[in-house]
Amino acid sequence: MNIKKSIIAAALLALSMAVPAAAQEGGHATPEIQKRTWTFSGIFGTYDEHQLQRGFQVFREVCAGCHSARLLAFRNLAEPGGPGFSEAQVKALAAEYTIADPSAENGERPGVAADRWPSPFASEQEARDANGGSLPPDLSVMAKARGTTQPFPWWILNYFTAYQEGGPDYIHALLNGYHEPPEGVEIPEGKYYNEYFPGHAIGMAPPLADGSVTYEEGENGSVPQTLEQYSTDVSAFLMWMADPHMASRKETGFRVIMFLLLFAGLMWATKNRLWRGVEH
Amino acid sequence: MSEHTTYQPTNGVEKWLDDRLPVVRFAKEHLMDFPTPKNLNYWWTFGAILAVMLVVQIVTGIVLAMHYSPHVSLAFDSVEHIRRDVNGGRIIQGVHAVGASMFFAAVYIHIGRNLYFGSYKAPREILYIIGVLIFVLMMATAFMGYVLPWGQMSFWAATVITNIFSAIPVLGDPVLQLLRGGFSVDNATLNRFFSLHYLLPFVIAALVALHIWALHVPGNNNPIGVEVKSSRDTVSFHPYYTMKDLFAIVVFFIPFAWFVFFAPDILGHPDNYVMANSQVTPAHIVPEWYFLPFYAILRAIDFNILFIDSKLGGVIFFGGSIVVLFFLPWLDRSPVRSGSFRPMFKWFYWIFIANFVLLAYLGAAPAEGIYVILAKISTAYYFAYFLIILPLLSRIETPLPLPVSISDSVLGKAHS
Repeated sequence: MNIKKSIIAAALLALSMAVPAAAQEGGHATPEIQKRTWTFSGIFGTYDEHQLQRGFQVFREVCAGCHSARLLAFRNLAEPGGPGFSEAQVKALAAEYTIADPSAENGERPGVAADRWPSPFASEQEARDANGGSLPPDLSVMAKARGTTQPFPWWILNYFTAYQEGGPDYIHALLNGYHEPPEGVEIPEGKYYNEYFPGHAIGMAPPLADGSVTYEEGENGSVPQTLEQYSTDVSAFLMWMADPHMASRKETGFRVIMFLLLFAGLMWATKNRLWRGVEH
Repeated sequence: MSEHTTYQPTNGVEKWLDDRLPVVRFAKEHLMDFPTPKNLNYWWTFGAILAVMLVVQIVTGIVLAMHYSPHVSLAFDSVEHIRRDVNGGRIIQGVHAVGASMFFAAVYIHIGRNLYFGSYKAPREILYIIGVLIFVLMMATAFMGYVLPWGQMSFWAATVITNIFSAIPVLGDPVLQLLRGGFSVDNATLNRFFSLHYLLPFVIAALVALHIWALHVPGNNNPIGVEVKSSRDTVSFHPYYTMKDLFAIVVFFIPFAWFVFFAPDILGHPDNYVMANSQVTPAHIVPEWYFLPFYAILRAIDFNILFIDSKLGGVIFFGGSIVVLFFLPWLDRSPVRSGSFRPMFKWFYWIFIANFVLLAYLGAAPAEGIYVILAKISTAYYFAYFLIILPLLSRIETPLPLPVSISDSVLGKAHS
């Protein structure tokens, strides 16, 4: 009995020493991306209309020059929980774009609210040719297609805080991650050094800089026109584009969980009353 | 076990039906009056939870199939279409995707309960073997379902997992091509996976019916593992266990809803929001969490064993880790079922559970450094538990004295 216990104790001790050692070994040169506070963080978070509108402006004026967003329809911009444009605004916006449509006269027509966001390039090859061989990825669900990692055991917390903002955290970090390459790091012609990009050599030139987008004056004064602000706003917009129904989903979720808690309480009382007469 | 009913047809119609197809009698016997040990704890509610999860998955899955397009150029966008444009689609899709994880969480707890309380022992071997078959089919179904959204992880999981079959000598390549419907994972693969993903849940449902049938012959095991001696030991299934199970199901739905509504993507992998691309390999190909322990075993064999190369070796251990489960009733010969009365078994059992969790952790870790060594030790323990420890324990262990009956044990607890 004693021998067995000491073997188990030794095994547990060995394990407890081995696990942290293993965790340290996986280190690499990319700095850890810090979690940011977003208006849509947490179970009660919702999008900020003004931020989404600013983010849309950055997306439209900068990102959409090279990146497609094939799953975004103009009408989405007027749907509840999103940037909150009016239907008239969306209609007018769509009409500014020309949509390729083989069934229309001359093969194209002005856009309508039901159209998808037009892609800047007609084909993948055309996109590559215009971007030094790199393909600008589609941004429709980009904010869900990227993430951050936390070291063990901190990622366990994510399940309890419902952390779903790894995508915007990464995109924000990436947009702010352009630097001169550190000494000894060779970056190939036509690539740029980015400390958060896997492999550090990214095909996208720094897309944003202080002052590169002109925000309109709002009623509550002006929003800073800085890289930090642009990247925050556009990350929020990309999150909305990837998860446009988040606000209503969380709202429903709150009601569902409240109902389940109440229902569970009633079931507990019923079950106990039923079992009161049975010794078990 | 069919003589426990008090069913008396109350009117002419019921009498007429009872003489021809006694479904009402059957329901009364098996869903209401069925005598069930009165000392079952909450670990026993997972059977009912699993039945409900199967229904949830089938119902949501049928709705999803109405909107999904199993074609390589449409699949990814059709899943997004369901999330964005289909009425209620974001909830139905979320329930189905998170539901797979919850299903596995419940099945692991169900299996863990079975292992601790010795529910696999005579006379429940067939019941248990059907359960293992259901588990195997669940894994196949979940794997093929994961391929359907046609993201990067879908594609590369399909590639890696089908590739396992190529390690089989002689038959490997034909089997691989049959699974993929071609030389690589492509549209034909997606189509056949969709077809099978729709078929298998109904096979599972049929096996569940057999599982319950096999349960209703010997009746439930229970936490003390002493068979029912008299009707004093039991209560009727309804209302006692219908209410207890329903309560547990509602509680189980709380974390389920938490993930569906607040963190629907946290159990998946971001790479699966990138459309499948055979030209780009993801940095880490990681299966869903519920496959991680077995994936760790597959990867742990990175050395040749005599004439068996490491690839085939990995597959043998991977398959063996499931196959060994089928032999469990004959490996553990201890006459005592419940782990509560087996002082030595208890220790090895909890180490086995901890080891299984560690295997899951290692399955997600990169195959390098200390992880590789740990994976080998963990794999060794997994097999040793079944093949060495359990057979040995049944010879050397002295179990604690068993209560005479369920009623005795219950009364002892109440008055001590």
